[in-house]
Amino acid sequence: MSVTDKMLPALPAPNDAKGPIHWLKTNLFSSPINTIFTIIALYLLYIVVPPAINWAFIDADWFATSREGCSREGACWAYIYNRFGQTIYGFYPPEEQWRVNTAFLSLILLCIPLFIESFSKKSWLGGFILLIFPFIAYIFIHGGYFGLEVISTDKWGGLMLTLIISIVGIALALPLGIILALGRRSHMPIVKSVSVIFIEFWRGVPLITVLFMSSVMLPLFLPEGSDFDKLARAMIGIILFQAAYVAEVVRGGLQAIPKGQYEAALAMGLTYWKSMFLVILPQALKLVIPGLVNTFIALFKDTTLVLIIGLFDLLGMVENVLGSDSKWLGFHTEGLVYAGFVFWLFCFAMSRYSMSLERKLHTGH
Amino acid sequence: MNKANSKAAMDDYIIRMINLNKWYGNFHVLKDINLDVKQGERIVICGPSGSGKSTLIRCINHLEEHQKGQIIIEGEELTGDIKHLEKVRTNVGMCFQHFNLFPHLSIMDNLTLAPIWVRKTPKAQAEADAMKYLERVKIPDQADKYPGQLSGGQQQRVAIARSLCMNPKVMLFDEPTSALDPEMISEVLDVMVELAEEGGMTMLCVTHEMGFAKQVADRVIFMDAGQIIEENTPNEFFNNPQSERTQLFLSQIIH
Amino acid sequence: MSTQEQGLTPGKPPIWNDPHYRALFFQILLIIGLGAFLFTIVSNTLSNMENRGISTGFAFLSERSGFDILQSLIPYSADSTYGRTFIVGLLNTILITVLGVVVATILGFIVGVARLSKNWLIAKIATVYIETFRNIPLLIQIFFWYFVVLRAMPSAKNSMSFMDSFFLNVRGLYTPYPVAAEGFDFTLIAMAIGVIAAFVVRSWAKKRQNATGQQFPIFWTALGLIFGLPLIVFLLSGSPLTWDIPELQRFNFQGGTRIIPELLALLIALSIYTAAFIAEIVRSGILAVSKGQSEAALSLGLQPNQNLRLVVIPQAMRVIIPPMTSQYLNLAKNSSLATAIGYPDIVSVYMGTTLNQTGQAVEIIAMTMAVYLTISLTISLFMNWYNAKMALVER
Repeated sequence: MSVTDKMLPALPAPNDAKGPIHWLKTNLFSSPINTIFTIIALYLLYIVVPPAINWAFIDADWFATSREGCSREGACWAYIYNRFGQTIYGFYPPEEQWRVNTAFLSLILLCIPLFIESFSKKSWLGGFILLIFPFIAYIFIHGGYFGLEVISTDKWGGLMLTLIISIVGIALALPLGIILALGRRSHMPIVKSVSVIFIEFWRGVPLITVLFMSSVMLPLFLPEGSDFDKLARAMIGIILFQAAYVAEVVRGGLQAIPKGQYEAALAMGLTYWKSMFLVILPQALKLVIPGLVNTFIALFKDTTLVLIIGLFDLLGMVENVLGSDSKWLGFHTEGLVYAGFVFWLFCFAMSRYSMSLERKLHTGH
Repeated sequence: MNKANSKAAMDDYIIRMINLNKWYGNFHVLKDINLDVKQGERIVICGPSGSGKSTLIRCINHLEEHQKGQIIIEGEELTGDIKHLEKVRTNVGMCFQHFNLFPHLSIMDNLTLAPIWVRKTPKAQAEADAMKYLERVKIPDQADKYPGQLSGGQQQRVAIARSLCMNPKVMLFDEPTSALDPEMISEVLDVMVELAEEGGMTMLCVTHEMGFAKQVADRVIFMDAGQIIEENTPNEFFNNPQSERTQLFLSQIIH
Repeated sequence: MSTQEQGLTPGKPPIWNDPHYRALFFQILLIIGLGAFLFTIVSNTLSNMENRGISTGFAFLSERSGFDILQSLIPYSADSTYGRTFIVGLLNTILITVLGVVVATILGFIVGVARLSKNWLIAKIATVYIETFRNIPLLIQIFFWYFVVLRAMPSAKNSMSFMDSFFLNVRGLYTPYPVAAEGFDFTLIAMAIGVIAAFVVRSWAKKRQNATGQQFPIFWTALGLIFGLPLIVFLLSGSPLTWDIPELQRFNFQGGTRIIPELLALLIALSIYTAAFIAEIVRSGILAVSKGQSEAALSLGLQPNQNLRLVVIPQAMRVIIPPMTSQYLNLAKNSSLATAIGYPDIVSVYMGTTLNQTGQAVEIIAMTMAVYLTISLTISLFMNWYNAKMALVER
């Protein structure tokens, strides 16, 4: 038997168990194999990173007015700088660009309340942004009403077009996707089969075939003479394609809702549609927001494919328009790096946001 | 320290911990632990959460590494030596709070995995031994099922049988009943009691089940803030706790 | 009131309130609506095509194609039919898909395991790899490898060479091509025998382990049989294999075989991109196996490599395989981007050139989509079968 009332003080860890030397030992050089790996890794970094930094920053030319002003040792960012406006707005006339700016600015402002915890009308705001705002923005950017000059869609291009395609694409794919998800879970055999066939079809084919199809076949489907805007054709294909992916994400959310929720709603006397709208979907959609953000990121990257059917998104502008300007021949690399960087920035930020959302929502459960 | 001389003195002791200290990073989690365990002894370790009791027994089979002090098992000091570690782990069995049964293997395969791959036992022999232990924990009919099909209490009993299949000399229990629903706790405790009384197994058990301690333990140890505060026979410990901290702890769990 | 006369069969509601009839009615409406929709589309299409002078039907498949294809796994010329064009495109798609899957899986596993490494530097490099290549559109990566890297390769005269047998220049990668001489068949037979023998040894070793508990080095023995046996036969029969090594003649290389830069660029870009996703899948698969499993295994006395082989990897695979087959499917679909740099896959030669020449959009697009749908369905079926087989048995 023993007893003590003397509480021992907490001592700091022994010297060889902490500190920078210890950290180096355990993390980089803990075993012969690890040491070899560290040395190889350091060597690889040495031959890749300094030359890249040299090219991109130290030897680069940032301001010049033509290709003579660019030495060939480093990157010629002046090329991008000079044509920056076109990479953002495409062929949209500079005098009217304030319309595009206003539309995007108002979108951002409208989205801010969604991030404020105490804001209560989130679902109304979300519905407005997704379903009504695209039309308002379209009228504003396209023109034709209220004395605004018409800027046809073949003048739209650059980053603006990329954002328009992705945002409108996901916005209109969302309601369709939700209906398909509900249809796939339905007990009515015809409804279920039609949903399954639709979803599996669009998920099984590459986006390029969808774009070709909407570009080439859609005019054939419609009565003689209806002229179809190229962008609209692409958008229809993209919306149908994305709806299938959204449907699968939403279906995952619906499956995660415990059966008890459905039963409680029915027990209260709610009809199918009312219980879906008021009880199930709000919970399911909240669950799948990270999944929807991931779908949006994928769509954002996929918009680059529209350059193959002749629309000039950010990549399309860089590749086809900037690249064929005789004043600036030969700076293909800079253009690709610029476009790649812009996409990376957006996608990385969105994926970080989606991850933090996932963590937040998990703790809520 | 001459191994031959002190071996006689240490022969009684199957586990010795001498001035054991452990840090997690800069956090001093075990402070100067001194503990000697004789063969056949049953020791219950209790204490508030964060006191280091789980860490203590996990140091014995080297799931946690200690930075200062010595752990001596069956006369040999526990260092990072892998050959020695092999021997230690086959002689020391462990039961976890969350059972940790292998979900992709049947119960029978769970039990025979280590005997076949570590002790190189022929399959038929391993299965016969496994059935013996399944009968001992009173669930022989579940041999062909999978862990996911069993209740928590059954899973923990299987976990005990799995450790027993390696014929260990010491069994370590890390809060074996804390994750169980109340009605299943007694079926596991019964197995542990039988193990102690019929089997004469040396046991170190971290638990809050004081009834079990009273019935079976030779010694009860109370730990707080990384050190051993009080250690006594169950009778003395529960009826006559000396330290204030022990008294406080006991008043909180016995209500 | 006798309860035996009344209330034995439940009463029925009027038809318009009966959920069964309502569901039936709704579905009939749906079928009629869809039918009408499809009918309008089809009739519009047919009349539009007639007005524009586009023929229908699949007769075009036996017409002469009139163009050459950059890379073809079967004999093909400008005199071949469009049907043959379809096959060539299909084979090229399958080729890039299979190569891409192999390279991406290997690379993805390496990066995924590296991400979990205790070596801080290696783990960080793996993280940078994943976050970089996942977030840049695939098309940009393809353009980068094709236009920036491979176009910057030197001309044939100044090719980068490796061991004087491999040559990399702006026209592609020239590699030696094996030419089997008389007697090479024996080596092939020996390899087949080696494979069979490996299975036999494995089954014998397992029986022996069950009976006596003794373990046998199955892996190394099998390796020796599958590779060592044919090697011995090869050497004994006088090494009947020569290599056709590419040689620089005037402006170009003769001999050997040429891997076109389009294939190289597409393969590199596809593999690097997909590997970034596979790495994350591998990482989450390994992390999904709780630490407690390894602790239990080690506590039982299992060696670390036994723990890995018998406890961790079987459980990790369950979590890894389903999303990985999804990525394989994505790779197959992404291979269609070949058309952007001119690699002659099915989209490029069939949905591209052939459609331009014949104008028969409906048939051609339908056939192309059917190919991809078949690939998707096959992979989905495999996944369902695998999931059912491997599902953890639960209550």
